[in-house]
Amino acid sequence: MRTIEAQQITDTVARLCMEANYHLGVDMLAAFDHALKTERSPAGREVLSMLKENARIARTERLPYCQDTGFVICFADVGQDLHINGGLLEDAINAGVRGGYTQGYLRASIVEGPFRRKNTGDNTPAVVHTQLVPGDRLCLRLMAKGGGCENRSQFKMCTPAEGLEGAKAFVLDCIQNAGPDACPPLIAGVGIGGTFEKAALLSKRALFRDIGTPNPDAELATLEHDLLNEANTLGIGPQGYGGDTTAFAIHINTYPCHIASLPVAVTIECHAHRHRQAIL
Amino acid sequence: MATAEMRLLTPPLADRDILGLRAGDQVRFSGVLLTARDAAHKRLVAGLDAGQSLPIDLYGQVLYYVGPTPPRPGMVIGAAGPTTGGRMDAYASKLMALGLKGMIGKGGRSRAVREAMQQHGCVYFGAVGGAGALLSKYIRSAEVVAYADLGTEAVRRLVVEDFPGIVINDVYGNDLYEDGRRTYAR
Repeated sequence: MRTIEAQQITDTVARLCMEANYHLGVDMLAAFDHALKTERSPAGREVLSMLKENARIARTERLPYCQDTGFVICFADVGQDLHINGGLLEDAINAGVRGGYTQGYLRASIVEGPFRRKNTGDNTPAVVHTQLVPGDRLCLRLMAKGGGCENRSQFKMCTPAEGLEGAKAFVLDCIQNAGPDACPPLIAGVGIGGTFEKAALLSKRALFRDIGTPNPDAELATLEHDLLNEANTLGIGPQGYGGDTTAFAIHINTYPCHIASLPVAVTIECHAHRHRQAIL
Repeated sequence: MATAEMRLLTPPLADRDILGLRAGDQVRFSGVLLTARDAAHKRLVAGLDAGQSLPIDLYGQVLYYVGPTPPRPGMVIGAAGPTTGGRMDAYASKLMALGLKGMIGKGGRSRAVREAMQQHGCVYFGAVGGAGALLSKYIRSAEVVAYADLGTEAVRRLVVEDFPGIVINDVYGNDLYEDGRRTYAR
């Protein structure tokens, strides 16, 4: 049995919150560069150039890339042989969010209840998803999820008869409906299978794969590739000003289904795709 | 699509400033922008509905839909990009009736709001969503002028210089999002 201190989790989460908000991933920067070569729309290319410059300023001045510094979503994969000393895992993560958002001059965007909309003042609580895994390590995958794009995420309970074509049509529908509102170029995390909540979780987890890395499953890799090509014929383009770069990536995770069901969840993510991970 | 011509706007605006604008025109703002997003809109319109006078005069003004991050010491403001305009649709027509001349946000507006823009003479501009760090560089000063308790959602008076935008909806019913999609859809 290995032991780590809750404080170590708190310190790590605080660091990840700040890094995610100041440093856009190299995969995203590469996606900007690639799109600048293929985008036909002058307005679209100008947007992409501004986003590159935005990322540079954010990185060099430790200024948030986007003013919506997000809802913190934390996937904590806890090794079965790990013991956390000195507090609850979720409390440690929330303390890290509190510290990171306060010390890092990040925006407090969470209200304490859906109707009594009083800001909690420190961006807590996070949404924490914990699962037990083999080993004695703790893997923290953290995302700062913007509200504008999350508002365009959708779920549909397709029927088995609708099948692959039905699922594809729904994913493209979601991107079409997200349109300019969700800050394209977008990334779509897609969860297919399981149940209502399982599909949604799969769709969130799918966003943690690096952009440009193919799905390890060859069949899904082809599906992702085809869907991305179709999404980029919609004409929405960067910021919706018209263009060829509507989406940077579509990432799919699947799970076994009930004989009656074909659940499809689509998490819409904006170009401010801020995520970080650490293993303790 | 974006034309080569850059239009310079110095808010507060008069009708003549916006009548020449067309969807797709690139603009630069130098002057005053007032900020308001969801919570401030709700409070402004609740005040109007209750017959109260508003803490800000919207006549000729441009509202920027933004909730900035806190400034680091010595900075004027933190990251300050636009939020989704559609969430303000429930309130926008009532503010246009008070003489609001421009709105800056990102994302589409409802048909009713677009019609109200034509009726009242108000233009909806896009700023690049997610470019919060970059857009903050065009802001010279920021001062809370109402609803300080709302924190990031408070109403601020910004003085900006060369702040970049693009016309999404002009007063003639044109829509850059529709035009752009039509041009590039394959």
